[in-house]
Amino acid sequence: MFENMFNVELLMDSLPFMGKGMLGIFIVTTVIVTVVNALNSMPDKKDKN
Amino acid sequence: MEMVKDALLTLVRESGFALLTWQEGVMLLVSFLLLFLAIVKKFEPLLLVPIAFGIMLANLPGAGLMDDPAGIMTELAEGATRAHWYENGVLRLIYAGVKSSIFPCLIFLGIGAMTDFGPLLANPISLLLGAAAQLGVYVAFLLARTFGFTVYEAASIGIIGGADGPTAIFLTGKLAPDLLAPIAVAAYSYMALIPLIQPPIMKALTTEKERKVEMKQLRKVSKAEKIIFPVVVAVLCAFLIPSCASLIGMLMFGNLLKECGVTDRLSDVAQNALTNIVTIMLGLTVGATANGAIFLQLKTILIIVLGLTAFSFSTAGGVLLGKLLYLVTGGKINPLIGAAGVSAVPMAARVAQVEGRKYNPTNFLLMHAMGPNVAGVIGSAVAAGFLLSMFG
Repeated sequence: MFENMFNVELLMDSLPFMGKGMLGIFIVTTVIVTVVNALNSMPDKKDKN
Repeated sequence: MEMVKDALLTLVRESGFALLTWQEGVMLLVSFLLLFLAIVKKFEPLLLVPIAFGIMLANLPGAGLMDDPAGIMTELAEGATRAHWYENGVLRLIYAGVKSSIFPCLIFLGIGAMTDFGPLLANPISLLLGAAAQLGVYVAFLLARTFGFTVYEAASIGIIGGADGPTAIFLTGKLAPDLLAPIAVAAYSYMALIPLIQPPIMKALTTEKERKVEMKQLRKVSKAEKIIFPVVVAVLCAFLIPSCASLIGMLMFGNLLKECGVTDRLSDVAQNALTNIVTIMLGLTVGATANGAIFLQLKTILIIVLGLTAFSFSTAGGVLLGKLLYLVTGGKINPLIGAAGVSAVPMAARVAQVEGRKYNPTNFLLMHAMGPNVAGVIGSAVAAGFLLSMFG
């Protein structure tokens, strides 16, 4: 295992996974934020009365 | 006289003292150290005590508590006869709950029942801080790959940066079960050390002016929003990343039990009895995977170092997005709350509160930090789901 230490090639190969992963998390989060914002704009019964 | 001598010799030969290997001896010392840290220093005692005791039990020579003669989870030696499942060691049988992900999912049910998503609903942008604080997961993943770990091992090491014990155990149990013990010990140890790890990073990345920012009071969240939120998030996440459905689904189910107002008894059981029972079994069996021969390798030290890197980068990710939001909102967001985006509820939120007060004694950041803090739980589960969908 450690003969491969600081293997730049492995680092470069893995970079796309990092990009995909972080992008994926932000996409899911943005969708949830949008839904929560939609929930926020829901009319509150008490306010109407 | 001869008979007594023979009996004594047999006793000594068959006793644990004669069977003890040096690795088991070291692991027993490690377990004593962890027990000391948990009991005397109060480092995550609810988890570290069962984990440490599990390490101790699994390394008692000849006790066989983690033996698997039925070959359910391990390969049988060539020519060995397969025993019945009930002949397995008692901890090996309980460990099935970890291997099958039942325990981490049940812990998530309990966490959901204990979590108030109100601060997050009042300030939805804080969800993004929870996402940014997953940066360390991928930085540690990259570094682990560079050090020659397999993608499965690297993903499991990276998830330490999610600062979420059950998620780390869930993912590691599926991708790299051999690393379960060092990863769980690293994750829980660093969670206990958050008040020491985070402040220097928060200070280094923010200006005094930013740290002094007072945030306006959060709006009141309606009951309907709190009830709809878990249902919508569970469905959305399951549709977007099916592999995180078990964790997010259980988290949101627990939260629905708490918020819906008609299942108080179930919510109470999920928050207390169920979580406590599962914590005992999870901690004990995760600790029991720390077999000396596997644990005492250079790999373990690397995992501990990479785990710290993951925690640090996750904190930095949250704070840096906090700084960006500070700029975008014209100084309305205090970047310190970004550090709470690593889950570790509620410790990370408390750290943000304490650090904020050091620079502005009238500041009250706790509720603002709870938003990113609970968002971090969702973020780490989503990160685990993503890693699982890529490498599972």
